[in-house]
Amino acid sequence: MNTRILNQVNRSTPFAGQSEAIAMISSRGLSKTFKTRTSEVHAVRDVNFDVHKGEIVGFLGPNGAGKSVTMKMLSTLLEVSKGAASVVEFDLLSQQNEIRSRIGVVSQRGSTSDTAKAGDEIVWHAQLYGISPKEARRRGKELFKALDLEPQWEQKCESLSGGQRRRIDIAMGLIHRPQLVFMDEPTTGLDPQSRANLWDHIRKLRDKFGTTIFLTTHYMDEADALCDRILIIDKGSVVATGTPKQLKSQISADTIRLTVRTNEDAAKTGHVVDSLGWGKPEINGNLVRFQVDNGAKALPGLMKSLGEKEIDAIGVEVSSPTLDDVFLSLTGRTLRD
Amino acid sequence: MKYMRDTLVIFRRSMTLSIQNPIWIVISLIQPILYLVLFGPILLSIAQTPGFPPGDAWQVFVPGLLVQLGVFGAFFVGFGIIAEWRAGVVERMLVAPIHRTALLSGLVIRDIIIVIVQGLVMIGLSYLFGLRISLGTIVLSLLIIAFLAATFSYLSYAVALATKSEDALAPIINSLALPILLLSGILLPMSLAPRWLQIISDFNPVKHIVVALRASFRGEMFGFDIMLGLIIVMIIALMAAFVGNLAIKSLAR
Ligand SMILES: Nc1ncnc2c1ncn2[C@@H]1O[C@H](COP(=O)(O)OP(=O)(O)OP(=O)(O)O)[C@@H](O)[C@H]1O
Ligand SMILES: [Mg+2]
Repeated sequence: MNTRILNQVNRSTPFAGQSEAIAMISSRGLSKTFKTRTSEVHAVRDVNFDVHKGEIVGFLGPNGAGKSVTMKMLSTLLEVSKGAASVVEFDLLSQQNEIRSRIGVVSQRGSTSDTAKAGDEIVWHAQLYGISPKEARRRGKELFKALDLEPQWEQKCESLSGGQRRRIDIAMGLIHRPQLVFMDEPTTGLDPQSRANLWDHIRKLRDKFGTTIFLTTHYMDEADALCDRILIIDKGSVVATGTPKQLKSQISADTIRLTVRTNEDAAKTGHVVDSLGWGKPEINGNLVRFQVDNGAKALPGLMKSLGEKEIDAIGVEVSSPTLDDVFLSLTGRTLRD
Repeated sequence: MKYMRDTLVIFRRSMTLSIQNPIWIVISLIQPILYLVLFGPILLSIAQTPGFPPGDAWQVFVPGLLVQLGVFGAFFVGFGIIAEWRAGVVERMLVAPIHRTALLSGLVIRDIIIVIVQGLVMIGLSYLFGLRISLGTIVLSLLIIAFLAATFSYLSYAVALATKSEDALAPIINSLALPILLLSGILLPMSLAPRWLQIISDFNPVKHIVVALRASFRGEMFGFDIMLGLIIVMIIALMAAFVGNLAIKSLAR
């Protein structure tokens, strides 16, 4: 129970106070090289990062970046080629069984047999963790309920919809109440409502039980809404890390779009913007577009200056950078590539 | 202790999934019946040939079929594990704190039990055809068949996990099974073969198992043939288990 208290301390300040926080994952120089007959694939190169107790950390990167391979190494499924790591405070290279009993994994590949009934799979899986069938059934039903799967208990997995089957995978990964959960694209194939429901569930896990969550996703909105912190990986190396906010502010500025009444007004507005030190804006008819570091801060001064010149702004739009922009500027590609 | 528990959980899961498939049950029970009914009569008529080993035709014939059951009943189990691997089932089991070797031993126990049940059906049916053997013979024969089934199911899983492809598994299994079958005297006793073929077949462990089983069916309990067969089948089962678990280990490479 004291883990819960510890977790709450960390949770309220997910990024600050890192030095006292307990590292649930601490990766040092982790690398993976696959040797095929003809070549070597450097899937993961010298990856360093920490994930602290009670954090929800997102692992972002394009296809083939090395997300799944990193997760498989950290969850004891793949041998490490080089480097070291500790997971749930045990050494990855020498204490794999201690790690296994404390982590949960939702793999990208799935976890259930076509011909098995969903409820059976979860009870069998729980027994591999030493949970009695009776307790497993109780916990399984509870999880199914939380994940909107109640009617699916007796259903064969092959007859489930893609999203239902994905949610069973998630239930499988959580049945033994792990301290740390690895989720490899948990929401792929889920409809918006199920996604939102799963986000809630993940947050609840963290808030109620102090569970630490390390997940990969291709959805920027998901990373933004759910994660305390984000790691961006490209071609096997971590290229950026920070809170969604930090990453966004680090990369590009806010964009302000002004609509004025006439083209002359637009030209005049251009001079105003220039005189305020934001450079010459892009003018398109009666539209003026430019970038500032902080849109919310810049707006009052801008409106005042425009008022003095008797320019009427009939439309104002401030847009902050998205993680998509961050990703683009870091890797030169969008996540959707 | 933990190894036993893990093995038992995996066994129960795979057994339940097998039993839940009715078509599969029917096929595996019909198989031994077909062998006896469609092939037995041919063998009966050649049992009169000179060079045919001692004992009545059923005593020669049924041991061969039992061995064939042990080899072929188990050799194709790898297809199942490829499907499960593809569905992520193997990985999610290995991510649990189970004994690494429990995964295959749970599956292999299921495979053994299925082969034993098929063997019992076959022996029961042969009784109707006139085969008379003692309870001791039945127990000893099924013990040997159990080890044999373990051998080939471990090997099948090993090849399956190493290739992860049905398209690769099928030809490999077939090209292994054919010489094993031809050089074992399963269907026709090797004593009918020319000398050079007999010498080659001496290197086929399965041949010695067939010989042992026939001796057991003649009631020569604990003679040299039976002891040799028993030792050989135990050794190859151990080796196959080692190879199978090596394949599990190399999944992490
Ligand atoms: N067993 C393997 N043998 C050889 N190469 C591999 C193996 N597993 C992965 N790779 C390679 O390692 C690289 C990283 O793969 P990984 O699965 O980690 O990508 P990912 O970031 O999870 O991508 P995605 O978003 O598509 O899931 C890829 O180039 C992949 O081809
Ligand atoms: Mg992946």
